[in-house]
Amino acid sequence: MLQDYIPVLLQILVAGGLALAILILSWVLGRSAKTSQIKDSAYECGMLPVGEGQARFSVKFYLVAMLFVIFDIEVVFLYPWAVNFRSMIQSEAGMTMVWSMAGFVGILFIGYLYALRKGALDWKQ
Amino acid sequence: MPQALFYLFAAFAVLGAFGVIVNRNPVSSAFSLIGCFVSIAALFIGLNAYFIGTIQVLVYTGAIMVLFLFIIMLLDLRAEERRPLNLGAVLAGLGTGLTFLVMSSVVIGRFPEGGRGMPELKAVAGSDVHELGRVIFTDFNFPLQIIAVLLVSATVGVVVLCKKELH
Repeated sequence: MLQDYIPVLLQILVAGGLALAILILSWVLGRSAKTSQIKDSAYECGMLPVGEGQARFSVKFYLVAMLFVIFDIEVVFLYPWAVNFRSMIQSEAGMTMVWSMAGFVGILFIGYLYALRKGALDWKQ
Repeated sequence: MPQALFYLFAAFAVLGAFGVIVNRNPVSSAFSLIGCFVSIAALFIGLNAYFIGTIQVLVYTGAIMVLFLFIIMLLDLRAEERRPLNLGAVLAGLGTGLTFLVMSSVVIGRFPEGGRGMPELKAVAGSDVHELGRVIFTDFNFPLQIIAVLLVSATVGVVVLCKKELH
């Protein structure tokens, strides 16, 4: 049973090892360079750097991310439905299952239409 | 799952949770939270709940963490400054935690159920996704529709909050 997870363990080791190797290599190879405060400052075409290097994100990104999470949850429920569809549609619970998902997707479709009509999916607005 | 592995992943989960509050940089905190979520996913898989474990990784570490990082970037948070420890607050916190520990151990000790181990999990024939789907779409039909309504209200909420100019 536990042997089944050896590939997962190997993948974790390879991923972690790669990250560690990159860190060690950059430390070993980058050590010789001389650093000073001026050298470490951001390069802005020869001008003196002004302000913060990090720009603030627009709130539009948050809106899109939130809508993504909401419809991601919908897919979480669609997945067991799709897996069970073939075996359940022939049983007596078949129609219950179809209407159950129709109701679920139907209610969420209202939310989708709302977001669409309000222009939430329109980037330019 | 062997007991040693359970304790290993449980320790990782607690370490990750600890890292969230110890790290002063919000992005480091968010990445500690990822470690915590992945360890919890490993615990789910140890309980033979493969679907829940996968969803834990996909939804929590995938989607929810993206949301957290977006919020960190939106608010443009910097590393928090270290504040001198407030002795009164530290003592009160320790006292509260200790009281909770003593109280919960006494309450659990009073009941015979407290000493019993967890019941054995029912062995599932086939995949747990089949079992889960059968239960959701027959016995838990109504809660499923409630979840849909909840998600719609979340959609409306985020649109109202983010779109100031409603038309």
